[in-house]
Amino acid sequence: MAKLRDLLAGLGARVTDRIWRLGFATRFFCMLLAYSGQTFLRPQLLLREIWFSGVLSLIIILTSGLFVGMVLGLQGYDTLQRYGSSEALGILVALSLVRELGPVVAGLLFASRAGSAVTAEIGLMKATEQLKAMDMMAVNPLARVVAPRFWGGVISMPLLAALFSMMGVFGGYLIGVVFIGVDEGAFWSQMQSSVDFREDVLNGVIKSFVFGVAVSLIAVFEGYDSIPTAEGVSRAITRTVVTSALAILALDFVLTSFMFRSL
Amino acid sequence: MNRTVLDLWVGFFVAIGIAALLFLALKVGNLSASNFAETYVLQAKFDNIGGLKVRGPVKSAGVVVGRVANIQFDATTYEAVVTMSIDTRYRFPKDTFASILTSGLLGEQYIGFDVGGDERMLKPGETIAKTQSAVVLEKLISQFLFNKASETPEQQK
Repeated sequence: MAKLRDLLAGLGARVTDRIWRLGFATRFFCMLLAYSGQTFLRPQLLLREIWFSGVLSLIIILTSGLFVGMVLGLQGYDTLQRYGSSEALGILVALSLVRELGPVVAGLLFASRAGSAVTAEIGLMKATEQLKAMDMMAVNPLARVVAPRFWGGVISMPLLAALFSMMGVFGGYLIGVVFIGVDEGAFWSQMQSSVDFREDVLNGVIKSFVFGVAVSLIAVFEGYDSIPTAEGVSRAITRTVVTSALAILALDFVLTSFMFRSL
Repeated sequence: MNRTVLDLWVGFFVAIGIAALLFLALKVGNLSASNFAETYVLQAKFDNIGGLKVRGPVKSAGVVVGRVANIQFDATTYEAVVTMSIDTRYRFPKDTFASILTSGLLGEQYIGFDVGGDERMLKPGETIAKTQSAVVLEKLISQFLFNKASETPEQQK
């Protein structure tokens, strides 16, 4: 009986803790937005964060995009040529990259490359009491540390996703046209006739923007909320990657069901 | 404020990011050709529209001249009313024939205009009188089978 009571009490405590954290995260987000104005007044800080999360993620994004596109080219050709429509390879590669793979895979890579680094940085600042010291010097850590990292991620993410899609299309072209020998004109013209700018490209950009907001918010929040010990910071980093991945995949489903309803 | 190497890298990153977006818009998405600057509205009534979708193409002589803007069901005549937005550069005669066609064997369905010889042109908002419905494959097959079944006894005589 006592065991059951402990179990229920433990469950209740965990649920309450989660809701508490969610509420705190919402308040944190509102505060972050309120202090964002100061960030844009000091572009040097923002620039450093775009460099940190955008430029340093370039290599992994570009190579992954190329390989994903090449795999799509090989697999797509293998399936399409069975139905005698290997010229549709361009459509397959472009649509799957622009609509889904570009934003989602770039988001996952971004979360594990840049998101985890941001969490580690803010978590360590908290563990070494740098955030408290800033507060003592009347420098708001939200405006000085958190907001630039958040906006740096939000700005970098759509650009990275677009680069990922572009490299993917190039990879598909490399495999399909250069190596296998699909007709080049048909590859591009079929792609252009069925990829719509508003319907496909712009929706992909909106998706990557939403993922950027979600990943950046999770990364800065987990860092800010981490337990200020070595173990606490390492746990916060793990949580950033896991929560970001779940958030990206769940948001992707929700956004897709809104965007691509053909009546 | 001095220029730093950091600025160079961030500038480079933003520039290639925007270049990638432009590439997606122009080379992959074909932004330039798919949007019409100014359009006018034409309507057509069909008994059956098959698999026609909103935003499907309207073609004349194979060239895309407009897009399907809206599809509604008319409850009084039990017909489908298709509203099309046509590029203002193109005008069509009054006796234009609108039919629902399929591109390829399994492709998407579109509206094809066969231009007639009337000298009066269709005004914006007018309805095309002569239309042909989509070909429903099942009906075609059943008609074919029905014809086959009815002609076999005659041949045996």
